[in-house]
Amino acid sequence: MAGGTSLVYLDANATEPLRPAARAAMLAALDCTGNPYSVHAAGRAARNLLETAREAIAARFGGAPANLVFTSGGTEADALAVHALGAGRRLVVGATEHDAIRAAAPGASVLPIDREGLAELAALEAILAGGEPALVCLMLANNETGTIQPIAEAAAICRRHGARLHVDAVQAAGRMQVDLAALGADSVALSSHKLGGPTGAGALLLTAAAARHVTPLIAGGRQERGRRGGTPPLAAIAGFAAAAEAGYEPASIAELRDAAERAAVAACGAIVCGGGPRLPNTMCLALPGVRAETQVIALDLAGIAVSVGAACSSGKVRQSHVLAAMGLGELAGQAIRVSLPWNATRADIDAFGVAYAAMVARLARRAA
Amino acid sequence: MTHPRPNRPAERYIYLDYQATTPCDPRVVEAMLPWFTESFGNPHSAEHAMGRIAEAAVEHARGEVAGLIGAEAREIVFTSGATESNNIAIKGAARFAARMDNPRRRIVTAVTEHKCVLQAVGDLAEEGFEPVFLPVGADGLVDPDALRAALAQPTLLVSVMAVNNEIGVVQDIAALAAIAHAAGALLHTDAAQAAGKIALDVEAQSIDLASISGHKLYGPKGVGALYVRRRPRVRLEPLFSGGGQERGLRSGTLPTPLIVGLGEACRLAAEEMDAEAARIGTLRDRLLARLDAAIPGLILNGSREQRIPGNVNLTFPAGSAAALMAAAPALCVSTGSACSSAAIEPSYVLRALGLGDAAAGRTLRIGIGRFTSAADVDAAAALLIEAHAAAPVA
Repeated sequence: MAGGTSLVYLDANATEPLRPAARAAMLAALDCTGNPYSVHAAGRAARNLLETAREAIAARFGGAPANLVFTSGGTEADALAVHALGAGRRLVVGATEHDAIRAAAPGASVLPIDREGLAELAALEAILAGGEPALVCLMLANNETGTIQPIAEAAAICRRHGARLHVDAVQAAGRMQVDLAALGADSVALSSHKLGGPTGAGALLLTAAAARHVTPLIAGGRQERGRRGGTPPLAAIAGFAAAAEAGYEPASIAELRDAAERAAVAACGAIVCGGGPRLPNTMCLALPGVRAETQVIALDLAGIAVSVGAACSSGKVRQSHVLAAMGLGELAGQAIRVSLPWNATRADIDAFGVAYAAMVARLARRAA
Repeated sequence: MTHPRPNRPAERYIYLDYQATTPCDPRVVEAMLPWFTESFGNPHSAEHAMGRIAEAAVEHARGEVAGLIGAEAREIVFTSGATESNNIAIKGAARFAARMDNPRRRIVTAVTEHKCVLQAVGDLAEEGFEPVFLPVGADGLVDPDALRAALAQPTLLVSVMAVNNEIGVVQDIAALAAIAHAAGALLHTDAAQAAGKIALDVEAQSIDLASISGHKLYGPKGVGALYVRRRPRVRLEPLFSGGGQERGLRSGTLPTPLIVGLGEACRLAAEEMDAEAARIGTLRDRLLARLDAAIPGLILNGSREQRIPGNVNLTFPAGSAAALMAAAPALCVSTGSACSSAAIEPSYVLRALGLGDAAAGRTLRIGIGRFTSAADVDAAAALLIEAHAAAPVA
């Protein structure tokens, strides 16, 4: 059953609501019959849609269209990057990376993360000092805390040691400037549905030099220059491009986020996890002594959608590896993620503040 | 009756390339719409109501896909499309066997398979497997005895497509599965062109793994499914990992709207397949009758009986396929499969049937489907007859 709900949706890092421009682009693309790899008129119309989207997305994220590989989403883009750029290399991954990276690089060396959530660059320097060819995977912004890594500095260290750098920009794209060239990375992974596009599309954007190393993870025909088989998800890609081009006002979202955070911290004693630069829409709030699941269930009953860490691992109750890596100890199991969508309103934030305060009061009464 | 057509600008073309891709059925689009905007939750967000609503929709769709092929819902894994399904089935079965130190190393497929199957099987040579590519007869069908002979060596997997994408021939999957199983091998079938076009039943046909594509059965592009038998259980390694969705076999956020679209497409196919096949068969016969009457020497490639109604593959006595297509630009037909047709080269499928390069170069694939009308077929026949009459005799 579909249909409207009166929910206050504050789980944008799981998936962003679809932007109207993306919806319109998708509907138009769903009306386009052809297979973009057919040579006839219907095929050429589809191809035109595909390549226009490719140009828009590449331009938006500082790369060349020829070096953009469309995938089914961020997970596949991360897997493709590790497969293509990590073959025969030592793998180094940040301790707070998304599972897509951690699972793709099971035997990797782990780059430690400090209490703020930031990668320890001195440790990166030490790991790479041996000079062994390596692929370093470091996310631009964390999905649970929103912490923004110092990618440009990490890239300089990687360059000095001849290491490649892959950046998972899935949560960052659409919420802050993401520019492949400016980051100094070899590749960035992007996901449509985390920036207000539809689910089912993503991309790996590479430098020209890195793109030469791409061998397909999904073997197929000649699609995507032989780098990824399968008919591309045309409508999802059209929506992806439209969402990528849509504007976002980080300042106003940050203002709403900060207001919600103040309400939770000042009035209720919550602790903010992670420091340093953060995405404007994300906050990670720990309530000492209260299990995260208890908080999420209470807020869900009050009509507020938030989460415990990443959506993919939810359902299974477990401690966040991100917060554990930051050395938060017990707090790692007591923190919820609140992430504002692009269309968050003051009313949403007010409702959150009321529900959060009510939850804390009820829990305090129960404890008393 | 012909279904109401999607209202799309492409209608100034006559679209007869239903094996490359099918229009998304307006009823499928309708079913998908609410899941784009109102109910956009991540189906893996089990902690809140919006996630659970999306999850319920995904599970409902899983049941519809399973229903189309006689499977159980939990035997369906959602993927980005049939190419990915084929890769997971073939490489996944091989890599799992290798991890278990299974000594079976042979993987048998046919030379007329889709490019992604040929490539997936071929790639496994680098991982210590032995790919075997069976020839086909002039009718495009795999010879059961040739399969039996190939299985003399211990074989892990046999992968034969249910319906060919260029010539539309229908393999006898039940018979091939029985042969594979007698030799202790698994049977995978690329059912991208078959699902929703002919009856499939994973139990009756004894299929272990089957790949399905959304956009080949009037669903959206970007979604597909893999059937993975549970009893006896077929075990696979994932192609890539991550959040562990789809029981660890396929990580990544499931695209709820696309999955809802695939489910609706499967439901419609199950309901309408028989009537649709009859209607399309009549149109196909009408097209062939017109062309045959005007173009003596026209050859239909592949078995005439063992084929889906919506495909003809025709070698013309004169004129190159490219010239025919150029002379009838409003007609959307093809020279081969879409994945390789952007570069025109002789089809390896046609070569496998014994056609020379010259004959293959005079061959067109014409696909008829749900939104094709008798008027479309008549107009297409007229355009082709005119184009052919103007073509120089080769």
